[in-house]
Amino acid sequence: MDAEAAKLIGMALAMGLGAIGPGIGIGLIGAKALEAIGRNPDVENSIRTNMLLAIVFSEIMGILAFVVALIIKFV
Amino acid sequence: MLSNTDWLAIVNCMEISLKAETLFHVGSLPVTNSVLTTWVVMILLVLIGLLARRVRLIPRGVQNVVEMVVVSLYDLIKPIINNDKVTRRIFPLLGVLFVFILISNWAGLLPGVGSIGVRELHEGKEILVPLFRAPTSDLNTTFALAVISVVVTTVLGVAIIGPVSYTKKFIRLTSPIDFFIGIFEMISELSRLLSYSFRLFGNIFAGEVMISVITFLIPWVIPAPLYAFELFVGFIQAFVFVVLTALFISLAIVDHDAHPHDQVEAELQPSTN
Repeated sequence: MDAEAAKLIGMALAMGLGAIGPGIGIGLIGAKALEAIGRNPDVENSIRTNMLLAIVFSEIMGILAFVVALIIKFV
Repeated sequence: MLSNTDWLAIVNCMEISLKAETLFHVGSLPVTNSVLTTWVVMILLVLIGLLARRVRLIPRGVQNVVEMVVVSLYDLIKPIINNDKVTRRIFPLLGVLFVFILISNWAGLLPGVGSIGVRELHEGKEILVPLFRAPTSDLNTTFALAVISVVVTTVLGVAIIGPVSYTKKFIRLTSPIDFFIGIFEMISELSRLLSYSFRLFGNIFAGEVMISVITFLIPWVIPAPLYAFELFVGFIQAFVFVVLTALFISLAIVDHDAHPHDQVEAELQPSTN
């Protein structure tokens, strides 16, 4: 295996493995937020805002994996 | 079906560059395509500001839009900071941050941005150097924005609760556990720089890469919903940047050691209004 192939595999691994965690996390956040809205539809607006914030915190891991993958590929 | 060589041709066609390309130099300062787009965005914002300058009691035209944006942002930020004086003082900065990031994110979706450019020889290969590039898909811009946000948070914290009690948040010598909590606070303060800048850069850049890849694979219909999704992402990222800044400001201007008893009592008593 030459260096270029190892680089490509590394990039794919970084992105693929890095997407697992945020995927699960965002799913859980969405599920809980929907449950909360189902229980108390009146506070939907504030739940939606907080849900977006939590999603963003979870998403940063995926974004970091993406950046690392790009660095492996292009730098 | 596409053969192997076709795929290679497609992959080689896509010119995804992580960093912004230098267009020309002013003195010894390189001017990149993202800086050029930043200037265009700034001119646009200044023009809108000039148009909305003549404030009338009964709004007309541009003033309607500007008022809507300003009022809804103010109503969003006020309960987060939870301190009217600070909100009024910091709102101009937060508002401009929101509008600037929003327009910058959406600038990357305009036709021509990233596709109009000059062909240049670079390391033996002819590549397209685009004339425009979304400002927020350049790590330099987002890092500068993150620095602004973190510095403003710190300065406000020092100004409101005083340098001594602000330092006490990070350097605590009361007990070993408190000492480590202070160190963690410091680390989280610094890592905020990274998370702000990488979040914005990663989202916008990932969106552009995704759209260009999909356009190469399936040029019809499919990219359209992705454009709509990227409009949404651009809005959400601008929103999140400002809301997080407001959130951390609200944490920075509260002195935890000052009067814990007063706070508890105030919470226990039924509100008078």
